[in-house]
Amino acid sequence: MSQTHTPLRIGVLAIQGDYAAHAAALTEAGATAIEVRKPEELEGIDGLILPGGESTTMLKFLEKHHFFDALQIYCARHPVFGTCAGAILLAREVRNPTQRSLGVLDAIVERNAYGRQIDSSILVAESSLPGGPLEMVFIRAPRILEVGPSVDVLASRDGYPVLVKQGNIMAATFHPELSTDRRVHRAFVQAVTAARR
Amino acid sequence: MSEAIEKKSVTSTGLRLKVGLAEMLKGGVIMDVMNVEQARIAEEAGAVSVMALERVPAMIRAEGGVARMARPSLIKQIIQAVSIPVMAKARIGHFAEAQILQELGVDFIDESEVLTPADETHHIDKHAFTTPFVCGARNLGEALRRIAEGAAMIRTKGEAGTGDVVHAVQHMRQITREMRALTVLSEQELFAAAKEHQAPYELVRMVAQTGKLPVPNFSAGGIATPADAALMMQLGAEAIFVGSGIFMKERATPLDVEKDPKEREEAVSRAKAIVTATTHYNDPKILAEVSEQVTGTMKGLAAAAIEESQLLQTRGW
Repeated sequence: MSQTHTPLRIGVLAIQGDYAAHAAALTEAGATAIEVRKPEELEGIDGLILPGGESTTMLKFLEKHHFFDALQIYCARHPVFGTCAGAILLAREVRNPTQRSLGVLDAIVERNAYGRQIDSSILVAESSLPGGPLEMVFIRAPRILEVGPSVDVLASRDGYPVLVKQGNIMAATFHPELSTDRRVHRAFVQAVTAARR
Repeated sequence: MSEAIEKKSVTSTGLRLKVGLAEMLKGGVIMDVMNVEQARIAEEAGAVSVMALERVPAMIRAEGGVARMARPSLIKQIIQAVSIPVMAKARIGHFAEAQILQELGVDFIDESEVLTPADETHHIDKHAFTTPFVCGARNLGEALRRIAEGAAMIRTKGEAGTGDVVHAVQHMRQITREMRALTVLSEQELFAAAKEHQAPYELVRMVAQTGKLPVPNFSAGGIATPADAALMMQLGAEAIFVGSGIFMKERATPLDVEKDPKEREEAVSRAKAIVTATTHYNDPKILAEVSEQVTGTMKGLAAAAIEESQLLQTRGW
């Protein structure tokens, strides 16, 4: 029982992007947020968020600083949640352009699939999360083209998944951290709590 | 599943999307590029965005003449060449240039003092655009006036094209100090503060409550080395613009990244080092390592040696 009293420590990959918004969202969802910039900072973290930002910037950084392999191993063993660029990093395959990814989420993701910044949008749509329609902020968003059989689709846009879960891995092509609704972060915190037991 | 409702037409939604893209660029480096090869180097080095322009500020300063928006064909080539967001500059007050940039699909428009101003009184009404804008500022009042006009990101002006960070530091310190000063004022005192700053009362009050700008606050103008980038980040900048610092050799001569492999390598080493320094801005050990990896630096021009009338930062108000 004693371990349930220590607060959850959830890392946010802080190479670049809106990691501060994720840290604030995690705090609101009841977890302690830790910024992660080096492989050794993954030690003792119960779960990890890969934030929105530029996936190429994050990927180059991971490759240059011998961080890619450590992150891949971490993601295979712990709960992780990727939003936008983070979802791209988690995918099995990335298109437009083709780029390397961690390959822990059984999905094919197309970058900048909805167009440029002028095509960014905010939608309100149903999801499988209880509590009514969910606001979704899409910014130069990717599109999940295909998911494998072990992936649950929690929300969709025009027939394509935008929020998915595969075991302890969650991914969103939108930015729940930029809305005030904390249901998505709470769902991830619950997944981290369950995985720690 | 019910029909998704699009909320794009609402003004506040538009502003959230604009600020949202600025949020995604935080902790990153935005690099000035003058051709496709430089844009590719920037992306490869880990830039979060590139600024497409005809001449970097150091060349504009050296060569003189009227500096305008980059030609559309160059902007389109750069948009084609990279997957990261592409920014471009419009002249202060030149809303027609901004309309063209929006039409070209540019992701962020910089209403920039680096180009020759087109209007000595009015800045662009940035609310009228779907594309987000970034504007320069030297103090809090200037930053809030730009935000009132619709800017989704503020950057310090610094003194572009010098490689001398002194004015970027001065502007960042000033904005931070003025914000901090507002947080201790009483409600009654905020009205007079708004008058002093020549800024809308609502925005002044918002800053007084939060202690920060309502949009991301980046730094630009004279940042040339990894140490400069770390300095500005430690002073509170949320991301870094590097103009002439990566691709310039002498004061007005760019490195030949297209034909000279050695000069290309020099640009790559500078770009990568500044990117790493911006992420690890608080880690002196890593800053020392990346500073060592840099080969060559922009020669630079001491900002103090520039005549008042030649300063770019005094353009706009």
